[in-house]
Amino acid sequence: MLLELQHIVAGYGNIIALKDISLSVPEGAIVSLIGANGAGKSTTMKSIMGIIKPKEGTVMFQGKSLGHKKSYQVVHEGISLVPEGRQVLQNMSVEDNLYLGAYQRSDRKGIEEDIQKVYKKFPRLLERKTQYSGTLSGGEQQMLAIGRAMMARPKLLLLDEPSMGLAPIVVQEIFDVIQDINKEGTTILLVEQNAKKALQIADYAYVMETGRIVLNGKAADVAANPQVTAAYLGGK
Amino acid sequence: MFFQQLINGLNLGSAYAVIAIGYTLVFGVLNIINMAHGEVFMFGAFIGLMLVTHAGCNIIVALIGAMVGGAILGFFLEFLALRPLRRRKVTHLAPLISTIGVSIFLESLALQIWGPQTQSFPAQFEGSLMDAGLFKVSTIQIIGFGTAVILMILLTLLLEKTKIGKAIQATSENIETAGLLGINTSRIISFTVMIASALGAAAGVLVGLSFNAIEPTMGMTMGFKGLAVLIMGGLGNIRGAMAGGFILGIAEVFSVAYGASSYRDAVAFGIIILILFLRPEGLFSKKGKGGRP
Repeated sequence: MLLELQHIVAGYGNIIALKDISLSVPEGAIVSLIGANGAGKSTTMKSIMGIIKPKEGTVMFQGKSLGHKKSYQVVHEGISLVPEGRQVLQNMSVEDNLYLGAYQRSDRKGIEEDIQKVYKKFPRLLERKTQYSGTLSGGEQQMLAIGRAMMARPKLLLLDEPSMGLAPIVVQEIFDVIQDINKEGTTILLVEQNAKKALQIADYAYVMETGRIVLNGKAADVAANPQVTAAYLGGK
Repeated sequence: MFFQQLINGLNLGSAYAVIAIGYTLVFGVLNIINMAHGEVFMFGAFIGLMLVTHAGCNIIVALIGAMVGGAILGFFLEFLALRPLRRRKVTHLAPLISTIGVSIFLESLALQIWGPQTQSFPAQFEGSLMDAGLFKVSTIQIIGFGTAVILMILLTLLLEKTKIGKAIQATSENIETAGLLGINTSRIISFTVMIASALGAAAGVLVGLSFNAIEPTMGMTMGFKGLAVLIMGGLGNIRGAMAGGFILGIAEVFSVAYGASSYRDAVAFGIIILILFLRPEGLFSKKGKGGRP
């Protein structure tokens, strides 16, 4: 397993948002984590990245515990997060955002190559490379956030609600890119409310409800589960 | 007369600008006002003075020495007074109070070391006056203004062109996102406070030189002026701090020159009040960060 969460309990202050979460992400796979608002999906992501410290349980990455590592150290281990709401640095240019994604790397040539790769994947970012990223549309910001995370050359890419607030045609584009990135060798853990899309591209899926995993298995099996059909895929 | 006052105003304003940049840098990454900045400024002035009078250094060496001393003070300020609070996630007022504590400590320490009396740079540093026809300018003014401008250019280059500068910008805009990009934000905060304090200490030497009066309480008044400039320029906005510093300096000098010398500070702060009535978010504030309390 590339990533393994073992019995994670985490929350904010006295509020427990995750009650004993265990999940695993095999190398090379796309794993989707679906569930309604407030189920604890984003908290799971934050626990992996060290933004919040789990009260109990361990996060294992490549067989090692991430322990109490801070975000920047988790990035160094090879995990990048595309955060909810994209969080591009609005007052900085598109290109600066991409360069900052490669902050821990010092191989100039490799960084330049990777920036060109991002531009090839998202030609619209090339057109706007000197613009402040705050002036981009929602879809373009999402592309920038994904491109920026890839600049760290992560082994595991976490995506938190990449389809949120985007037009259907843009959502399709984003999901295509996610699949491309996976084919190029990056393992993906995807958090989504758009369960239908998330289950389509995933190998494995976990369903979360109020801080617990209620169902998991192969994505096709989860999609065929009558409860999931009723709750997340809009009936039969 | 007009040109002469303009020169004087630019000289004073450049020192205000350098002080205000120090406030604004720290506000950017930490979202607090560093109330000890004025005392770091005062320490810078004394360190420069000591290097000149006791070690016989020239003014450039004294300036660099003061900046190094300021940076060291900044490091300890962040490490001892701010970092422990950040780790415990206390309310955002706690670090503000903590910096007030540091400012009182530094002022008392300066009183202990150097005593309460006003001191000044030795006479050879008064420099000579040059007559340029329209106005006269002293070598001290040229050194002061030149140094301030060079420091501002260097800082702009650092922020815009270097990796660490971009990391400072990223940390200022969103500390959580900066961490997610792999930036060690604790180290960036520490570095930023050190840079800000080095600038404050440099301004101390420059002001000490042009006013020829260095005393332990000088940090307080200067601190308030820097603070006013920070607010006028827009919180966390470097260019705003630069422009605000010049506006305040020129306004002060002109109010003295044209008849209201006892109202100097009143005129200066009156202008700031007026500007804030018209643009509460500050003169140069960008949307997003600036103006947030």
